[in-house]
Amino acid sequence: MAEYHVPPVADDIKTPALQDGSMAHLAPYPGMAKHMEPMGFPGERVENWQQKGVEKLGELLKKYRSLQVYLDICVKCGACTDKCHYYLGTQDANNMPVQRAELMRSVYRRYFTPAGKMFPGLVNAVDFDEETLQKWFTYFHQCSQCRRCSVFCPFGIDTAEITMAAREIMNAIGVGHKYSVEIIGKVHQLGNNLGIPKPALKGTLEFLEEEILDSTGHNVRLPLDQPGADVLLVAPSADFFSEPHIQSLMGYAKVFHQAGISFTISSYASEAANFGMFIGSYDHQKKIAKRVVEQARDLKVKRLVVGECGHAWRVAYSFWNTLNGPFDFLDPRYPAPQHICEFTHDLLQRGALSLDKEANDNYRVTFHDSCNVARATRMGPKAGGQFEIPRDLIRASCNHFVDMDEDTIHEKTFCCGGGGGLLTDELMDLRIRGALPRVTALKRVMESDKVNFMALICAICKAQFSKVLPMYGIPMDVVGGVHQLVSNAIQLGAKKGVV
Amino acid sequence: MLTFLAYFVATVFLVGFLSRIFVYARSPAPLKIPTTPAPTTRLGVVWRLFTEVVFFNSLFKSDKLAWAGGLAFHAAMAVVLIRHARYFVDPMPAFVGPLQIIGIVAGVVMAAALAFLLLRRLVFERVRHISSRADYWILFLLLGIALSGLLMDFVLRPNIVAIKTQLLTMWSSVTGLPPLNSAGDVMFLLHLLLVGALLVIFPFSKLMHAGGLFFSPTRNQVDNPREKRHVAPWAKALD
Repeated sequence: MAEYHVPPVADDIKTPALQDGSMAHLAPYPGMAKHMEPMGFPGERVENWQQKGVEKLGELLKKYRSLQVYLDICVKCGACTDKCHYYLGTQDANNMPVQRAELMRSVYRRYFTPAGKMFPGLVNAVDFDEETLQKWFTYFHQCSQCRRCSVFCPFGIDTAEITMAAREIMNAIGVGHKYSVEIIGKVHQLGNNLGIPKPALKGTLEFLEEEILDSTGHNVRLPLDQPGADVLLVAPSADFFSEPHIQSLMGYAKVFHQAGISFTISSYASEAANFGMFIGSYDHQKKIAKRVVEQARDLKVKRLVVGECGHAWRVAYSFWNTLNGPFDFLDPRYPAPQHICEFTHDLLQRGALSLDKEANDNYRVTFHDSCNVARATRMGPKAGGQFEIPRDLIRASCNHFVDMDEDTIHEKTFCCGGGGGLLTDELMDLRIRGALPRVTALKRVMESDKVNFMALICAICKAQFSKVLPMYGIPMDVVGGVHQLVSNAIQLGAKKGVV
Repeated sequence: MLTFLAYFVATVFLVGFLSRIFVYARSPAPLKIPTTPAPTTRLGVVWRLFTEVVFFNSLFKSDKLAWAGGLAFHAAMAVVLIRHARYFVDPMPAFVGPLQIIGIVAGVVMAAALAFLLLRRLVFERVRHISSRADYWILFLLLGIALSGLLMDFVLRPNIVAIKTQLLTMWSSVTGLPPLNSAGDVMFLLHLLLVGALLVIFPFSKLMHAGGLFFSPTRNQVDNPREKRHVAPWAKALD
C-alpha cells in the first residue's frame, strides 16, 4: 500500500500559506473507451478537441444561467479563498474556489468576451490548450461540489456549477473520469452503482432479516420488488453491502416495521445515488432517476422515501420533480420524495415509535452535516429543517449529544473530503488532506466532550470517513448513520403502529 | 466633442449593460439550486436579495475586512452619486441641498475605502495571488475618479456654475466643450473622462456584478422544488 501524507491536526482550523501547484500531480484515472462510449461520450480525445471544447462551453452558457452569470460577475474579492476544505488541506492555490473557477473563466474570457479577445494579458485570458486541459482535468477533479464557497460568496457563485460544466465539457471531448462514468454505466445496466444483481440483493436482504430476528426476536421484513407496498424505499446501494451503512438500513426496516407501514425495495431502482450530477449531465441524471419513478408506478406504491445519502437527497429533493415529475400519482398527504429522517421524525411526533435512549448510553454523539443535505436541500416545512430533523432524531435516540464548532456545522459544514465523484482510491492523497478541517473539529469534541460517535446521513461520507479517519488515528467505528442510533434505541413491539 | 463622447459613452454603457442583463435573463436555469437554508416564498427571496445588496450579508459571514471596505465604498459611492444630482438637474431637487456636507464626507470615505481595498489586495497573499492586472486597473480608475472629484472640492475648484450651464445646454451642440479657464476646469474634464472610461468598460468587466447578482440562481430561487415543478424550456423537450 502506498504511503500517504497525513497532515498534522492542529487545535483549530488554520488557513495555510499558499503553495502553488502542490497538488498538480494528482489527476484521476481517465475513462477508457469501454466506459465512455456506452455513455454516449467519445471513446478517446477527439481530434479537434480544442474547438469542440470551446463549442461545448458556448452551448452550456446558453443552457445554464448559473454558468453564464458566475463566469461574468466574480469581483475577485477573495472571500472564498480560505473556505474550501481542499485548499485548507493541500495549500494548493488552484484549490481556492476563485482560482479553480479562474481555470474556466480564463478560457471563457479568451473566446467569449471582447476584453479577452483583444487584451488577453490584461484580463488573464488563456487558450484552451494542452496545459489548460491538464489543469482542468486535475483540478476539476479536486472539487467535491460541496458548495461551501457558495455560502460565503457575496454573489452566491457556486463552484459546483462550474466544476459540473467543466466535467461535461471534458466528457464531450472524450476526456472523462473513469470512476464516475464506470459507475453510471453500472446503474444504467444493473440498477445500482455497485453492480449488485438481483439474486445477490435478495440474499443480502434475507440475511439481514435473519440478523434482526436473531438479535431482537422480531420478524422485521426487508421486502424486495413487492407490488402494492405503501412505500418504495430508495437507499444508496452501499446500504446493502457496506459497513456501517448496513446498520442504518436495518434501522429503516425497524422503523417501517414498528410503524406498521409496508415498504419495498426495488431491484430495478436499487440506487438512490445519482452520479449523473457529478459529471454535470442533465440527461444521465434524468435517465438514472427515471428508474425510480418507473418503479414507483409499476409497484403502485403511495409514497417515495429516500435513504441516508447526501447527493442522492439533493437530486431527489431538488431535481426529481423537475427531471421526471410530477408525482401526482402518489399520496398527496406526504411530501414526494420524503427523506427517511423526515419519515421517522414524523412518526416519532405522532407517537408511533418509542425509543430507549439508554440503549445508546455507550455513545457520546456528534453530528456531521453532509454538504448536499445542508446546502442544497431541506427537510420538513421550514428552512433549516435539514439541520434540526436529524438532530432531533439523534437527541431522541441517545442521552449525550454535542455539536461541533459552529463554523463547521449547518450550512458552514465541511465536506468529508470524498464527495462529488472523488471517492476513488487514486485520489486518496486528496481525500485524506480534504478531511483535515472536519477531523480537526471532530478531534476537538472528542477531547473536550469525550465524543465517540459521529452520526451522519450520507453513504459517501460514511465510506470516506471509515477509510480516512483511521489514518488520523480515529477508529472507524466512530462513524455511523443516524438510523444506526435509531436502530439501537427503537423498542420493537412496544407500541402499536400508525398508518 | 464632449457631446459626441457623452453620447458614445452613454450608448456603450446602456446598450452593453442592458444586453448583458438580457443575456442573463434569457438564459434558462434548468434546475433548482438555491443555497440552503433558503426562503420558501418569493417574498423571502426579495428579502434575501435585499440583505445581500444593502448589507452584503454573505460577505459579512466570510470576510470582515472585505465586507467593511466593500460596504464603505459602495455606500459612500451611493451618497456621492445622489449628491451629484445638483450638477445635472435644474432646478436642483430640494433634498440634495442638505446632502452637500455628507456628500463630501462620503467622497473622502469612498477614496479611503478604495485605498484600503487596494492595500488589502496587495498585502494579503491569497488576494494578491488571485488578482489580475485588470483588477488593479479598475481600482486605479475608481480611485482616480474619487481623488479628482475630491481635488475639485478642496483644492482646484472649477467654475461649477458655468460648467453646469454648459452641461445642461451641451446636448444640443455637437461641438460643445466645457470651459477650460483654470486648473480646476481641467481637473473637471479629467474627472469626466475617467467616469466615461469606467462606464465604457462596465458591461465588459466584472463591474457587471451590479446587475448579475440579481440573476444568481443560488440567491434568487425559491426553495420549493417538491411543491412546484420547475422545468426549463430546453428541458421540456426531453420529457
